[in-house]
Amino acid sequence: MTTLQTVFAKAKADNRAALVGYLPAGFPSKDGAIAAATTLVEAGCDVIEIGLPYSDPLMDGPTIQDAVHRSLVNGTRIADVMRTVEGVAATGAATLVMTYWNPIDKYGAERFARDLANAGGAGTITPDLTPEESEPWRAASAGAGIDTVFLVAPSSTEQRIKAVVDCCTGFVYAASLMGVTGARESVNVAAEGLVQRTRAHTDLPVCVGLGVGTGAQAAEVAAYADGVIVGSAFIRRILDAPDEAAGRESIAVLAKDMAKGVRR
Amino acid sequence: MAHEGSILTAADLAGNGARGDDPDVHGKFGIFGGRYVPEALIPALDEVAAVYEKAKNDAQFLREFDHLLRTYAGRPTTLTDVQRFSEQAGGARVVLKREDLTHTGAHKINNVLGQALLTKRLGKKRVIAETGAGQHGVATATAAALLGLECVIYMGAVDCERQALNVARMKLLGATVVPVTNGSQTLKDAINEAFRDWVTNVDTTHYLFGTVAGPHPFPEIVRDFARIIGVEARRQILELTGRLPDAVCAAVGGGSNAIGAFHAFIGDEGVQLHGYEAAGRGLESGEHALTLTAGSVGVLHGARTYVLQDDEGQTIESHSISAGLDYPGVGPEHAWLRDSGRATYHGVTDDQAMAAFSLLARTEGIIPAIESSHALAGALELGRELGPEATILVNLSGRGDKDMGTAMKYFNL
Repeated sequence: MTTLQTVFAKAKADNRAALVGYLPAGFPSKDGAIAAATTLVEAGCDVIEIGLPYSDPLMDGPTIQDAVHRSLVNGTRIADVMRTVEGVAATGAATLVMTYWNPIDKYGAERFARDLANAGGAGTITPDLTPEESEPWRAASAGAGIDTVFLVAPSSTEQRIKAVVDCCTGFVYAASLMGVTGARESVNVAAEGLVQRTRAHTDLPVCVGLGVGTGAQAAEVAAYADGVIVGSAFIRRILDAPDEAAGRESIAVLAKDMAKGVRR
Repeated sequence: MAHEGSILTAADLAGNGARGDDPDVHGKFGIFGGRYVPEALIPALDEVAAVYEKAKNDAQFLREFDHLLRTYAGRPTTLTDVQRFSEQAGGARVVLKREDLTHTGAHKINNVLGQALLTKRLGKKRVIAETGAGQHGVATATAAALLGLECVIYMGAVDCERQALNVARMKLLGATVVPVTNGSQTLKDAINEAFRDWVTNVDTTHYLFGTVAGPHPFPEIVRDFARIIGVEARRQILELTGRLPDAVCAAVGGGSNAIGAFHAFIGDEGVQLHGYEAAGRGLESGEHALTLTAGSVGVLHGARTYVLQDDEGQTIESHSISAGLDYPGVGPEHAWLRDSGRATYHGVTDDQAMAAFSLLARTEGIIPAIESSHALAGALELGRELGPEATILVNLSGRGDKDMGTAMKYFNL
């Protein structure tokens, strides 16, 4: 079994959803990112997505844009992303990289897949890589033994959902709403319908992301999804904290609340 | 053809596709183009493609577009023989295609009228657009006012400052202008922000993309609506000189005016196609927008194309004295024309462009846009190369009124 399969099997056996936390590499600092992700794992996150900072994050809202910008200003490189993955994977959590396509394209698909596998990474989430353009990346990932996660959206037709899930291994990322990343007042009601529609085409776990910011929202999503993905809400707390240690304390509180939420 | 009472035909929009000059079903020009966007946008892009495919073969749509081009945009635009300017171009005959004479003062009006009509057919009531120099923003606000559409323009905060006059024009036309303060605060960041708006409001909103870049079908649609430039010019230059030109010159930022000028000539093998990118302060300075001449293949804003990027795929900020050329990507069809060798791309520095800007004003009484001045500077050099027997068609893509602030500073006027 792959790391991801183990995580989801365990969560299912516990009759709960998995908790997935996102943080960009290099934020709030290179070592600070590893420490913060480790905090998330200790507080109950089963899966960690490490964001690869990119200059043109057109799917991200202001919170992640801000964090990613700071990371790039800190001089974060792909080697730092790999080092972050290595540090986080050492905790035993399944660790993925979430990235726009161009950095992998430029780095070289096979080289990236190999380096990520060597760092202990479980796979990637590539939000702007469509099924039509995904073949080289799926081949490279399969060769290196890592998973490929793609996104479905509320606007996706049945045909598109099928095309996307056919490219996925590990799990399917269901974007809860039409919009960019960021915590919202409430989780879009369309998310549940999308999860049901996705399940009609795959046996893979379906995780919901975009707009989840509280334990109560996590509980709500956990009632119908296999995993709950949280990013901006953690990042907001790190941005608002006076220093890195305070940021870690703050995200630990939220992550514990979320971990309770997915067990309700 | 848009003259003598006849109207546009589907062929005027799309060419004949016989030379591989149309993208495949995935929007690929060779290895370039395609779609690299969030899945949430795929249905909207499919819808735009389907509605456009129907519209371009619909006589009613062609009639409406043709009517607006003539009675509103002021087409056909004339050709002007610039004899005094030509003396500086080695005596080659330089002929200008006068897109600066269109309503709003630049070729951008062609694309926005076509896409605004398309917006109506999509049943959408709101348009958003990105703008660099402000020309596409002004053109979009104009078309939105004409057709009663709500209009929001994203513009980098740096560009808002250097093109304050255009910001005022857009506001006067009823548009909301949103200054974009993240990243380099220029065109590329305005595009990011427009995509974020689109993915959020796609049910009600059409993204009226301003150049031949972006995900499929934008490179094809924008090209087809700009294609009228070359279609007219080809006919007009045959009437004027009795033969095809030796070369067609155009400035390249995202590449819409250039593709509009080039496309009708792609099948004419004897006609050289020359694109001029902004070399800014020079290649060595690192402050330029030489995407095709010094960039590498990557993905930006939804398409595979040439990009200014570092060794790890991070976009490098471009520079040009002309806001309209200040873009680190370029349309995928240009990437394809470059690699196939059908078109040749060169760099023109800020100083070379400003010299040509001033020269055209003094020799011909025409103040060109600084964007277009890059093509003029290219034509001066090309004329000296090709000699006095040659005819060079230059796409004068816009007028320079908007650039007076820059010119005052540059020339200490």
